[in-house]
Amino acid sequence: MERLKVKVYKQDKINDELYSLCFDAPTVAKEAKAGQFISVYSNDKSRMLPRPFGICEIDKENGRIRIVYRIVGEGTKEFSNFKSGDEVYIMGPLGNGFDLKDKKAILIGGGTGIPIMLETAKALKALGDKESVLALGFRDESFMTEEFEKIMPLYISTESGKAGTKGNVLDAIKENKLDAQIIYACGPIPMLKAIKEYANEKGMEAQISLEEKMACGIGACLACVCKSKEKDAHSNVNNKRICKEGPVFDCNEIEL
Amino acid sequence: MADLRVNIAGVELKNPVMPASGTFGAGEEFSELIDLNKLGAVVTKGVANVPWEGNPTPRVAESKSGMLNAIGLQNPGIDLFVKRDIPFLKKYDTKIIVNVCGRTKEDYVEVVERLASENVDMLEINISCPNVKSGGIAFGQDPKAAAEITKAVKAKAKQPVIMKLSPNVTDITLMAKAVEDAGADAVSLINTLTGMKIDINRQTFAVANKTAGLSGPAIKPVAVRMVYQVANAVKIPVIGMGGITCADDALEFILAGASAVMVGTANFNNPLTMEEVIEGINTYLDAKNIASVKDIIGIVK
Repeated sequence: MERLKVKVYKQDKINDELYSLCFDAPTVAKEAKAGQFISVYSNDKSRMLPRPFGICEIDKENGRIRIVYRIVGEGTKEFSNFKSGDEVYIMGPLGNGFDLKDKKAILIGGGTGIPIMLETAKALKALGDKESVLALGFRDESFMTEEFEKIMPLYISTESGKAGTKGNVLDAIKENKLDAQIIYACGPIPMLKAIKEYANEKGMEAQISLEEKMACGIGACLACVCKSKEKDAHSNVNNKRICKEGPVFDCNEIEL
Repeated sequence: MADLRVNIAGVELKNPVMPASGTFGAGEEFSELIDLNKLGAVVTKGVANVPWEGNPTPRVAESKSGMLNAIGLQNPGIDLFVKRDIPFLKKYDTKIIVNVCGRTKEDYVEVVERLASENVDMLEINISCPNVKSGGIAFGQDPKAAAEITKAVKAKAKQPVIMKLSPNVTDITLMAKAVEDAGADAVSLINTLTGMKIDINRQTFAVANKTAGLSGPAIKPVAVRMVYQVANAVKIPVIGMGGITCADDALEFILAGASAVMVGTANFNNPLTMEEVIEGINTYLDAKNIASVKDIIGIVK
């Protein structure tokens, strides 16, 4: 593992807030799997901390890694100005990723948790999956839906009612009577809480990916912990490191 | 190649560069990114007599040229630390400095007693963490309390004792003198400056603990000033830290009076910072035709 200098392959603006950024990073692409993340470092030395982003797409053939991110502050604003050929430091792949099973799945994404479901869907498909479906929850405007539709049947919800089911992603799942043996999910905590409850009600397995403010990204600084049900073997307390033991956890392994 | 060896309270370090406690775990994670054999020492994250859960999240936030943290000294407790982390570090050709934290005097002493039979080189006593309710900084802001902890620890310690000082005091030299008089073998400074950041979108504190310790280049001039003051106030060695990101930064501390330096926040930005600092100090000394780093410690008066 190292902090690597890589080149931006290309960047596309998805909408005013969202950008798609692709790096030429063959060593990262070679090792990466769905649900893992990379750290991206600012070229401005006054911004000391790397930003963690879930991997949206892995192109092993061409050695590329793609992230889709929202502009939330100065750091991501800087990243949104990256152009093809710009040099950037990144580190990865980091974290554990999804433990994809040969089972019918619902892939659930909400907000900035949506992009990582693209690689997750592609990876499931590559395993021969033919029956899994995607359920994505948007606030108002949907995005990336064309890309998702190419891979799996897609059901969406919007809070505004602009497209798909009006309400949240679980409303879309219920309305469309979606059923599966396993859930892979990433999104805001209230969504993950509801998914945990839903999965337990239905007796389904649910793997959920968590977000938290990070510093080192490799498990040393203990900034990004979540509460675990059992005492964690490494921390020796009821805390798990999201960047190291996670970001993907079985929903019953952790307290939300 | 200049002589980079330094001596802290009888312990010879191959060079004066080591990680600042809390930024480097017990070295295991960073060992995949940087060669621990190259470091003067590894300074572990604070360890207490029993496991600590630490603070709620978010525990960190970025600020311009720095960061705020309130981890709250989460640690696995001395039993697991002794079983797992010390044997890991023994595999490397570097010195081991164990940072010790506690909520009471008895907590500190218990850890120090446990470490007496362990093959570690030095102890760093954290009386300066701003992020825990009891212990930590409570002992680091009162010279009498700091002296009392120092005496209690020294009475049981089998290794040289470094007292880690807080900058959140009116006169840091009073604290340094108090621990020196109480028997400390060295002091390290500065721990983080107590700060705060408000998240204007969420309209709440950026770090769940409300207050958090500021580190990084933003605090470096404060740290250099305090190292200079302390180095001129005590006879025991001073280990300097606070915002070091490169050899030039480290050299400022050394010239101001630090016998060694610690690199903290910069490890998160560039895991190879310490290697670059070590190489850069050597390049500086060679360019100036100075034989040993010892020759420049505290020469700026």
